[in-house]
Amino acid sequence: MLNRRSFIRVSAAAAGGLMMSMYFDHPSGAQQPTAPIFPPDAFVHVRPDGTIVIQVNRLECGQGTQTALPMILADEMDADWSQVRAELAPAEDLYKDPVFGVQMTGGSAAIANSFQQYRELGAKTRAMLVAAAAARWQVSRDECRAAKSVVYGPGNRSARYADLAAEAARQPIPDKVALKSAAGFGLIGTPTRRLDSRAKCEGALRFGLDLDVPQMQVAVLARPPVFGGRVRGLDDTAARSMAGVRDVFEIPLVHGTAIAIVADTFWTAKQARERLTVDWDLSGLERVDSARLRSAYQALAHTTGNIAVRRGDDDTLNRIPVARRMVADFEFPYLPHTPMEPENATIRFDGDRAEAWVPTQAPTEDQVAIADVLGLKPQQVTFHTEYAGGGFGRRSPFDCHIVREAAAVAKRLRGTPIKLVWTREDDVQGGYYRPVYVHHVEVGLDEQGMPAGWRHVIVGQSWVIGSGHWSEPFVTKDGVDLLGTQGTTDTRYRIPNFHVSAHHPRLNVPVTQLRSIGYTHNTFVMETLIDELATRAQADPIAYRLKLLDPSATTIRTPLMLLEEKSATWRRSLAPGHAVGIACNSDQSTGVACAVDVSIENNRPRIHRATVAINVGLAVNPLTVEAQCQGGLVFGLSQLMAKGAITVNDGHVEQRNFDGVPPPYMKDAPVAIDVHIVPSSEKPSGCGEPPVPVISPAVVNALFRLTGKRYRTLPLVSL
Amino acid sequence: MASYVLTINSRQRDVIADPGTPLLWVLREHLKMRGTKYGCGIAACGACTVHVGGVATRSCVLPVSLVGARPIVTIEGMAADRVGRVVQEAWVSGDVVQCGYCQGGQIMTAVTLLKNVSKPTDSQIEQSMGGNICRCGTYVRIRAAIKQAAQQLG
Amino acid sequence: MTGRQNVAVLAAWIGMTVVVVRLVEAQSTRADGLAAWEQMYSVLTHPRCVNCHTATAYPQQGDDRHVHYFNVVRGRGGLGVPAFSCTTCHQQANADSTGVPGAAGWHLAPLSMQWQDLNDRILPSSAVCTAITDRSKNHNLDGPGLLRHHEGEPLVLWAFKPGRRADGTPRSVPPLTHDEFVRATRVWVKAGTPCPKS
Repeated sequence: MLNRRSFIRVSAAAAGGLMMSMYFDHPSGAQQPTAPIFPPDAFVHVRPDGTIVIQVNRLECGQGTQTALPMILADEMDADWSQVRAELAPAEDLYKDPVFGVQMTGGSAAIANSFQQYRELGAKTRAMLVAAAAARWQVSRDECRAAKSVVYGPGNRSARYADLAAEAARQPIPDKVALKSAAGFGLIGTPTRRLDSRAKCEGALRFGLDLDVPQMQVAVLARPPVFGGRVRGLDDTAARSMAGVRDVFEIPLVHGTAIAIVADTFWTAKQARERLTVDWDLSGLERVDSARLRSAYQALAHTTGNIAVRRGDDDTLNRIPVARRMVADFEFPYLPHTPMEPENATIRFDGDRAEAWVPTQAPTEDQVAIADVLGLKPQQVTFHTEYAGGGFGRRSPFDCHIVREAAAVAKRLRGTPIKLVWTREDDVQGGYYRPVYVHHVEVGLDEQGMPAGWRHVIVGQSWVIGSGHWSEPFVTKDGVDLLGTQGTTDTRYRIPNFHVSAHHPRLNVPVTQLRSIGYTHNTFVMETLIDELATRAQADPIAYRLKLLDPSATTIRTPLMLLEEKSATWRRSLAPGHAVGIACNSDQSTGVACAVDVSIENNRPRIHRATVAINVGLAVNPLTVEAQCQGGLVFGLSQLMAKGAITVNDGHVEQRNFDGVPPPYMKDAPVAIDVHIVPSSEKPSGCGEPPVPVISPAVVNALFRLTGKRYRTLPLVSL
Repeated sequence: MASYVLTINSRQRDVIADPGTPLLWVLREHLKMRGTKYGCGIAACGACTVHVGGVATRSCVLPVSLVGARPIVTIEGMAADRVGRVVQEAWVSGDVVQCGYCQGGQIMTAVTLLKNVSKPTDSQIEQSMGGNICRCGTYVRIRAAIKQAAQQLG
Repeated sequence: MTGRQNVAVLAAWIGMTVVVVRLVEAQSTRADGLAAWEQMYSVLTHPRCVNCHTATAYPQQGDDRHVHYFNVVRGRGGLGVPAFSCTTCHQQANADSTGVPGAAGWHLAPLSMQWQDLNDRILPSSAVCTAITDRSKNHNLDGPGLLRHHEGEPLVLWAFKPGRRADGTPRSVPPLTHDEFVRATRVWVKAGTPCPKS
């Protein structure tokens, strides 16, 4: 048992200033078997010039953590916000997520899990600065107050944080510290512009792909055309003869092998790759085929799988008269993430050490993987987290294949920094998609048109089961991957006699989590079926949902009611040829409701307006919450695009680039999106993912009112 | 390999590159100017947009051999451009960016739009910006920022 | 017969002969002209030409003539729209290293020169011929004007040297060479630009 007293060790930086290091254990209430102690490192550095550099223990991939987390700390610290700078923390134990115990970005968890942590860091820093001032002035701390990076004492005394920093570093770290009441927040809860905006607008902010290290070479890989293929023969004469090509050699992949081309520049490496002739051994490989997959999944979906939820009586459904029963089958395709910045990693291997620069959602896992490939201990790998051009779940594959590939190349070219770059084609064809899912649902209604029985089978690959990943015990149960069933298994609709089971076939297509994960398909199924039931019952779609939802489900009830209020006027005055669609969703802690105004133009849905209401508890940065709702909606439209799917033909991915799988462009997105945040002082919860799943069902629910058709197969190829 | 003299952000730069090398990679790798981004390589996304002879141009498909004497302006040059500055300010005050990877290209495109159309309508914005991808989905704020910039420019 | 009478008879005979010969020439030229037109039609409706002679707000691409990707639009004058014009990507020459075709002044043919219907179906021979010879639609070009257009217009020349795709494969070319196309045009123009009946 560990002593649950947390303590802080402070060291003064060589250049002066206060650096806060912190041993941290779990906040009370966290259900962890043991509370790990984080080794010392820095979160706050007050520089002599007054700037305050705050370490952000997350990747910044667009979701705004590099502003929101510093806001939390700076508020409790009473820092001058204009002086605050954010840095993305390197891979260190200290930067682990305090609840999950690993350093990661995902699950929309950053604010939720680090809110308390960053508040305490800020408050303790402030306490030490005040203590330093009080000591200097020989007054009591109670006579001092702090505001905007200045401590004020009795009799007009004042001292800047920058001037107090060195003395503050020598103060004892307080065990306990008082946190502000919500009424005292100066930053938290205030719409605050991003810290990284200007640099991004000037082309100055460096992403992983922009990295430039002295002596660096660029590598691209020639990958097998079928997942798991291996190099059997190679003619690299033409490639090697190109000026600027440094080396060509085979490396292992997580599945199969590839040929690495290393050159002075990306363009040279890419051109050289096109001059390679590789003979691939594809024998014995499963060649997944989308058409065959459909049939196989549909057959499976008509059989009971591993039980996920069994509530009430299985047999009730069978006894409901046919006239009050319905059957629905849904299909969802492989979805690519296609973040704007393709995958990349830069690694230099020096024999006894290595250094890595990676835009990643899983720094410590990557660090461990690199060490594994290079035969080092993780501590021997200096790991820098780079800004990422989008993540969406793509930048934390469980097998850490991106850094493993890069490390394998770096290992061959000791001393040379290697930047491994994925082309967009590599990204589109390289796997790790949101899996194909098929749902088979049988519903029976009572005489009031409410569900009285519900049998639901979900079929889809799991990237968790059998992976050995740290999260596996938390998200799998009795052979069910809860990340594949979330949205159905955790529904807050009170459905008696509710039976959900799942099959998780294993296929030769790598898959992984995609922003909002299981909700991407489960919420679509639930929200379109509920809409259908409401239509059958001739009920208003919002009223029907409120009636069916658990009365205690405030997380989702409050945004639904706020949505009702904020969209009432336009919903009642639609233009001719327009229709409304409604959908809502909640995970454990965040609820979102959405209404869309849709018409049909050129045979496609045209979304004139979306109104979103969201319950995130306390919204730390309302401007970020709004942005995530707006952006999440657009991301969620990806699976409605006519060519929004990845398809596989005889083991070959058919799409190559954005021409084959275009994401939503401006004209595909809602013209206007207004976002309303449910006022709340509850603990902050996440907003990166929750808006994503509501848009597709809302749009097809609107389309039903225009075409009379229910759309259960995605992508939406035609109306 | 051939020699090229390029005028980039009003500076003359000498480059030795294979004639088929796209301007994008000449900028990024020969000249170490990383503000112009690689998103797709097939002109589908607009992240690589620069101005060549005043025309918004997708540098990932423009071989350096076809540039000629036309002056090139990149995102790094927007701060020195009257319209560029206003657009960047509108982007910052409108808190447009999320991951930001596409935004250099979005800004370059928007600047050209506003240099040609002083008060673009919703429809004009949608057509001119219609070929730029933002995977984070910031389109609503992009529209608003363009309108804001148009107003500032008077 | 007097000498003067002999000259008169000779003149009449020559005149009649000329008329007969002219009649024979005109008949064969029309048939030749129609045959030449069909050859021209096979070029005009090849993807390298017809992809920019659309009836819609977009061009087409590729041998399968799909709608041009990436939301490219016709815009005013077929030049695209501000900040997203044809020349945003298409330069004065083919970019073989990146697979983007190019020629001076890349733009769409005007809507008056549409050789497809609104469903992207290529119009029949008679309809295309009618459109091409309609001087209110064809920029007031007469026969010799059309011939010059086919001889020297950069975008026409491009169709016969359309460059390579990104994967290195050459784009397909029309069924005639440029020389053959010009020769056929000449025959057709000499025949008085005849059009087949619908």
